[in-house]
Amino acid sequence: MPELALKKPKRRSAVQILHLNTRTRILISIIIAALYIGIVFIWGVSMGPSNYAIDYGAKLQAPSASHIFGTDYMGRDMLARSVKGMSTSLVIGLVAAVISSIIGLLLGIASAVIGGKFDKVVLWLVDLCMGLPHLVLLILISVMLGKGMKGVMIGVALTHWPELTRIIRAEVMQVRSSQYVQAAYRMGESRFTVARRHIIPHVIPVYLVGLLLLFPHAIMHEASITFLGFGLPPDSPAIGVILSESMRYIASGKWWLALFPGILLLLTVIFFQIIGDDLKELLNPTTGNL
Amino acid sequence: MPLEAKNITFQYSRKDRLILKDVSLSVADGERVALVGPSGYGKSTLAKILSGYLRPTSGEVLWNGAPLPKKGYCPVQMIYQHPELSVNPRWRMEKTLNESWHPGPELLGDLGIEHEWLTRFPIELSGGELQRFCVARVLGPETKFLICDEISTMLDVITQAQLWELLLKISEERGLGMLVVTHNEALAKRVCTRIINLPEQNAAVKKENNS
Repeated sequence: MPELALKKPKRRSAVQILHLNTRTRILISIIIAALYIGIVFIWGVSMGPSNYAIDYGAKLQAPSASHIFGTDYMGRDMLARSVKGMSTSLVIGLVAAVISSIIGLLLGIASAVIGGKFDKVVLWLVDLCMGLPHLVLLILISVMLGKGMKGVMIGVALTHWPELTRIIRAEVMQVRSSQYVQAAYRMGESRFTVARRHIIPHVIPVYLVGLLLLFPHAIMHEASITFLGFGLPPDSPAIGVILSESMRYIASGKWWLALFPGILLLLTVIFFQIIGDDLKELLNPTTGNL
Repeated sequence: MPLEAKNITFQYSRKDRLILKDVSLSVADGERVALVGPSGYGKSTLAKILSGYLRPTSGEVLWNGAPLPKKGYCPVQMIYQHPELSVNPRWRMEKTLNESWHPGPELLGDLGIEHEWLTRFPIELSGGELQRFCVARVLGPETKFLICDEISTMLDVITQAQLWELLLKISEERGLGMLVVTHNEALAKRVCTRIINLPEQNAAVKKENNS
């Protein structure tokens, strides 16, 4: 029977049929993901509160042509509220992830370069932060800072640096001790030149990918603590608030209140993950040139 | 005596065993010396110490009577046994090749480096092809002494012959001294004027064998 197995026709994926190479495929998926995120972000940020104004005449309507995502118990358009909420989450995620990644970058590099006691203290802090469940620490920080946008942002920023610190520390240590960096020193290059030509170009792609993969975490955590009531105030349009409100109506068959905002959040997180993973592949010289 | 090692002792960390103990050797101007010995006897470690990659725990390496320069271009250069680790994986070969000097087309031709390889990444070349770049990279005019740590093991026999012929030619022309670390006795006899057997020089190994 082995002949039969050999004759089995090969399955060809869409990518193979279209003759796309890795680079083109990655670029296309990055563009699609970035478009989605960009549209949600710009649309939400530029939207005024009149778009999701209260209208008791249109309470709890199921999805229709005029309200694609339906309306809530105050007659507010759920599409507008969801998009606005998503853009708030994006802003918080952006700020928190950037701050967090900068902490990670600085601590990681310093830890690898200084070494000794400093390195031990940083590693201890990393273990401390990673040992606690993210959400618990986040809630503590957010409540301590009086909740709201500030509390969430600082909470997310202060809890997401350990992974990146670890990765960057390891990368810097590895590249510093590599044979080609040692050879560069013996060829008369100064520490500054080696840092500029060898080390920084090696660390930057790692940092960028780490930053991008922080976004989905930051957004998810923002939404979860708001959902639990420790984040943004209930009157603000936020995905967490919308989802926690919808829980009260879901038993009475108002499925659209949870479904569409949930999908919006899920897609955003997935698309960020896709951009991060694709970028990782693209920036790696082994996989990026196929 | 351009390159001299005086009572080199080395251990990777204080708790670790001694790799080298009281190793002394000297290589005269333009002399080509082979360093032989079984695996794990400290040949590569000694090569790294002599080219300044590692600092000896005690003892010193002298170049023309003075310690090896810590900064600037080191006159003693080493070619490593793993070319794929010796080049930056994110650089195109052109950049690696020109890192410290600009090798002319003649040298590239002699080494069999093809022009189209220059725009490739290291991942797109074989070990033997990469090693040619590593050789070309350190043949600059400032290099006065070359330490070759098993540099031809990954090459096919014909390329090995070409590479050694070229290195011999350059060594003769410039009076470039060489220390060749190898397992290949025939190669050592063919290329070098003197053979040093490391285990005989290394007190750390002698002691271990006696006890």
